[in-house]
Amino acid sequence: MPAQAPAAEDAPRRLAQRALRGLPWEVGVAKPDPAIVVDDVTRTFGGLTAVSVDHLEIQRGGITGLIGPNGAGKTTLFNLLTGFDQPNTGTWSFNGRSLGKLAPHQVARLGVVRTFQLTKALSRLSVLQNMLLGAQGQSGESFLKALVPGTWRAQEKANTEKAMDLLRRFKLDAKKDDFAGTLSGGQRKLLEMARALMSDPEVVMLDEPMAGVNPALTQSLLGHVKDLREQGMTVIFVEHDMDVVRDISDWVVVMAAGRVIAEGPPESISQNQAVVDAYLGAHHDAPLTAEEEDQVLAEAQRAIAREAKRDGEVLRSDGTRADDERTTP
Amino acid sequence: MGELLNAIAIAGKSALGFQAVFYALLAIGLNMHFGYTGLLNFGQIAFAMLGGFGIAVSVTNWGLPFWLGVVIGVAASVVLSLLLGLPTLRLRADYLAIVTIAAAEGLRLLFRSVSATPITNGTQGISAFNGGFVRLSPWDTNRRFRLLGTTWGGGELWVTAVGWLLVAIFCLLVWLLVRSPWGRVVKAIREDEDAVRALGKNVYAYKMQSLVLGGVIGAFGGMVYAVATGSANPDQYQNANTFLAYAVLILGGAARVLGPVVGAIVLLFILQFTDTGLRLLIDNGIIPEGLLSSTDVAQLRFVLVGIGLMLLLVFRPQGIFGDRREVMLDAR
Repeated sequence: MPAQAPAAEDAPRRLAQRALRGLPWEVGVAKPDPAIVVDDVTRTFGGLTAVSVDHLEIQRGGITGLIGPNGAGKTTLFNLLTGFDQPNTGTWSFNGRSLGKLAPHQVARLGVVRTFQLTKALSRLSVLQNMLLGAQGQSGESFLKALVPGTWRAQEKANTEKAMDLLRRFKLDAKKDDFAGTLSGGQRKLLEMARALMSDPEVVMLDEPMAGVNPALTQSLLGHVKDLREQGMTVIFVEHDMDVVRDISDWVVVMAAGRVIAEGPPESISQNQAVVDAYLGAHHDAPLTAEEEDQVLAEAQRAIAREAKRDGEVLRSDGTRADDERTTP
Repeated sequence: MGELLNAIAIAGKSALGFQAVFYALLAIGLNMHFGYTGLLNFGQIAFAMLGGFGIAVSVTNWGLPFWLGVVIGVAASVVLSLLLGLPTLRLRADYLAIVTIAAAEGLRLLFRSVSATPITNGTQGISAFNGGFVRLSPWDTNRRFRLLGTTWGGGELWVTAVGWLLVAIFCLLVWLLVRSPWGRVVKAIREDEDAVRALGKNVYAYKMQSLVLGGVIGAFGGMVYAVATGSANPDQYQNANTFLAYAVLILGGAARVLGPVVGAIVLLFILQFTDTGLRLLIDNGIIPEGLLSSTDVAQLRFVLVGIGLMLLLVFRPQGIFGDRREVMLDAR
């Protein structure tokens, strides 16, 4: 039945969205089925508080967009969650398992993989080698077993097949033997995402996956991110492009100056006063000095004068006289 | 013409002799460190010194059998790489470079110091510890053999043969490793550590394994040198040798299994040939005495090698065996 087919495809997405639908749009709200829970995490660099998150839950199986102005602490939060940086205080857990004090590779082995804002393609390795590196639990990666090819050859073959499947999905299969360093910026983003998927992760964290990617490729990247959700993965991504965020996220978390200032479904965010303040500046109605006040006043008066003049013209041109001028000659 | 052939024969002996083995082994270790893993080890000679003195001290001071000395030399180099690696491998690559260069010079000064004289015999060095090895020679050690236009002592032939056997074994080992998934991880670490961490690999452990392996190979180089010369003197292990080993590596082509071997053969051939050749030209009056005296030749040959390396880096930056596409790629 044609009518049901798209509905069935959309089913997982609607699961996550529906689960989040009834929730209040407030910071730190508890999710029905959180994959990641963050509590009281702070990270300071000298006097600067880069991240200070009281409570945050990430819904399993959904796409959570993390947005915020530059320097809001989004990437620092990513680094903390994946073990690349250690926080000053706080705890966070994945599937109820605390991730504090774990090294990056241990976090990755638990099924939380990430990509980087500045793409990290391994330049002087071929595309296929890049992919094979993503596979977990390879016996050939231990020093002694590496010397006996028989112990890892079968596994390597299986991994290669899996890698080729992924490369075909990401349309990189023709490039499998090229050095990753010869790929374009967008292709590197694709490769990095495909490589992360080699480990069959539960949570995929994408740091600005669309940055510097041309619009056509953005569409295909978006499709891939949606695919991840269809496969039941939890996706957290940092992005600046609001159209992208609105398009694919089930839930949006807004950070500013290290704090989570708002969260809710994408449609709630643009109406949120705290978000508008964070992006446009909260102090746009704060008191000014006497000189600035005079300047602003003069500026405003000039603007009003211009406006009045133009209004007059508009009236004239809209009115009968404009028509008269045009018809009389 | 006969003199020229003679110069080539002398250079050929040097290119196949124990010194070539020494540099080849140092460079195979460096290839593991620098070529594959991206570790900047500027003190490879320290590992060689521990290898050489491991045998020398064990045999002469402690009266142990030769083979136990080999084991002790290897163990000492493992300990050194752990000591150097533990604090620095978590940091950026530059820190390992600083620590290794300091350790190499520091260890040499320590070994030649007065306080170490009871063990290392200070600047005199230790000799006559290689008997246990030379005795096994299948060739008569009192005879000289004609080979490729030059003469070789039986013992010398034996040490050199075993040295090349070691080179072959370590090349095979490196070849097996770098084509395995282990080698893939190590090469990925050279490209970008953080990306490898994000893929669930314990970068620190891999760097440590690579450091230890390369150090042990370097220690074997030092052992070959000590056994061949029959003496272990701290001043034989000047850190300049590390940089010559780097020259060998770059000449042959980094991150290529046979790069260091061919690099060592070619470099030693050039060094010896320019030396003999220039002396020949001076003796025959082709180069006037006023322009260049035979005492300058030893220095000049390194100048020529330096110019040669510069030309190599301009016209063939990948070395003899390297892949030009690979070298020309941006690091990121």
